[in-house]
Amino acid sequence: MFVIGERINGMFTAIGDAILAKDPLPVRAMAEQQIACGANALDVNVGTRVPKAERPAVMKWLVETTREVTDMCLAIDTPSLEIMRVGLDAACRKGTGMINSTTGHAEKLAAFMNLAKEFNASIIGLAIDENGVASTADAKVEIGMRVLAAAMEVGIATDSVYLDPITLPLNCAQDAPGIMLESIRQFKLLSDPAPHVVIGLSNLSQGATERGLINRAFLVMAVQAGLDASIHDPLDEELMNAMITAEVVLNKMIYSDSYLKAYRQR
Amino acid sequence: MSIMDDARDKWTGTINELTIGATRADGGTRTSVVTIGGAAALPFMNFEGPTPRAPVVAMEIWDREPDDWAQPLVDVFGAVLKSPADWAKKCVEEFGADMLCLRLAGTHPDFGDASPTQAAEVVKSVLKAVGVPLIIWGSDHDEKDNEVLPRCSQAAAGERCLIGAVKEDNYKTLVASCLADGHTIIGLSPIDINIAKQINILVSEMGLPLNRIVMYPTTGALGYGLEYSQSIQERGRLAALGGDKIMSLPIICMVGQEAWRTKEARASLQEAPAWGDEATRGIYWEVATASSLLQAGSDILVMRHPAAVAAVKKTINELMVK
Repeated sequence: MFVIGERINGMFTAIGDAILAKDPLPVRAMAEQQIACGANALDVNVGTRVPKAERPAVMKWLVETTREVTDMCLAIDTPSLEIMRVGLDAACRKGTGMINSTTGHAEKLAAFMNLAKEFNASIIGLAIDENGVASTADAKVEIGMRVLAAAMEVGIATDSVYLDPITLPLNCAQDAPGIMLESIRQFKLLSDPAPHVVIGLSNLSQGATERGLINRAFLVMAVQAGLDASIHDPLDEELMNAMITAEVVLNKMIYSDSYLKAYRQR
Repeated sequence: MSIMDDARDKWTGTINELTIGATRADGGTRTSVVTIGGAAALPFMNFEGPTPRAPVVAMEIWDREPDDWAQPLVDVFGAVLKSPADWAKKCVEEFGADMLCLRLAGTHPDFGDASPTQAAEVVKSVLKAVGVPLIIWGSDHDEKDNEVLPRCSQAAAGERCLIGAVKEDNYKTLVASCLADGHTIIGLSPIDINIAKQINILVSEMGLPLNRIVMYPTTGALGYGLEYSQSIQERGRLAALGGDKIMSLPIICMVGQEAWRTKEARASLQEAPAWGDEATRGIYWEVATASSLLQAGSDILVMRHPAAVAAVKKTINELMVK
């Protein structure tokens, strides 16, 4: 599994405060903690507490601050093309970058794919288009196909494309997780080699009680369906243990008695 | 544009490089060293990634005269079988060995029971006789190895030997010695990939890093489990190349020991007239076993007959041509 740590996000109080105070310490510490807990990439999101006009500069600062402690892939988390460029520019000077994310809107898709090509970055494509969030597996897969085609048009390898079926909260759309699982299975059949499939896991349990348990149960099922990347909190040890165990049970990783420790030594 | 991407496999992992032997500049007395590992693709598939270091053949010598070796082996080595130092010299000077594997078979309580001090003297005599790097292997008797190998480790301190073998339930003593004396270590797992991984974790947790460990997943000869060895090695290598760092370790195979214990290698012409000349049959068996294991990603092949060694080294050279 390719775990994209979600914690460098201005929506979390500690990081939001650090952004406002321009204090690099909490950002660096959070990057290091997530890496120690098994993250393979780090999401970087400036949040909503700074005014829109300042967000490009804040993204630059947040990425550069994170880069001080790691060369790891950084997923620039913004819907804005302008902020994305600033973030990628800072991230790709030392290490690799990821676009989080584009939707399937034709215009947006073309612009973000060109950006991915320019920075040799990987890219997440959401199952959203002109008609909104695709609600059926068929509609999600159709958008996924368009994302893949757009990537091929500009010469981005399938290996750099991550399709996201869009996670909706369980407490307002209880049929959504089942549709997501079906979409994950179908995404994997779209090409050979298959594209990666990613989810933003935490959305699933938004507003629910038993958030941790819901996240764990679903992540295990999604891994079985073919999920190979997830944006979540790597500091959630039980969640990580459930994910690692799912991979071992599915024979995606060689078992050893200390397999949980082995995973984190990677 | 086609929906099919390039069909070549892309690998993310690389096998750890590991050097056996230390020259004077590095605190030892070896005149040559051997570096293995570094592969970033399946063996010899240069179109997918490099196999930068050629697999190495180590010739096997013993601390006592073997009493059950097949006649072709006895004939080719002759009188030097009685002296480990002379045996070592013959392997290096006459047969061009790049590395030696000294088996301390005579320390086994049932086969000579040589003392740790005697074993250490043998190690010293071999190190003095030749300049190639040395593998030091115990008698596969856990308790005795725990007495013998630390003394040998000390006697060879600074020479960066490869010492073995540790097991899942017997590793602490030897790991501590290897750490103290600057050696590398062999982890033995009985054709079991899960235990192989576990040993790597246990040894590295004691502070001996993964780049100082060689895996010995045990070896099966042609007709006697070769397929198991092959598939276990291949599975481990695929995991390693897929990014499993705990499995990204070089592999050693005891080819000679296994090939020469088969009845096909040992039977006389009178016992098996249809099997052909006994002088060459065992050699072929050893070559066939070694050549197959090369394809599974073996990094060190421990072999016995000089003719088999020469044939396999030739094969390796041909496979390494880009």
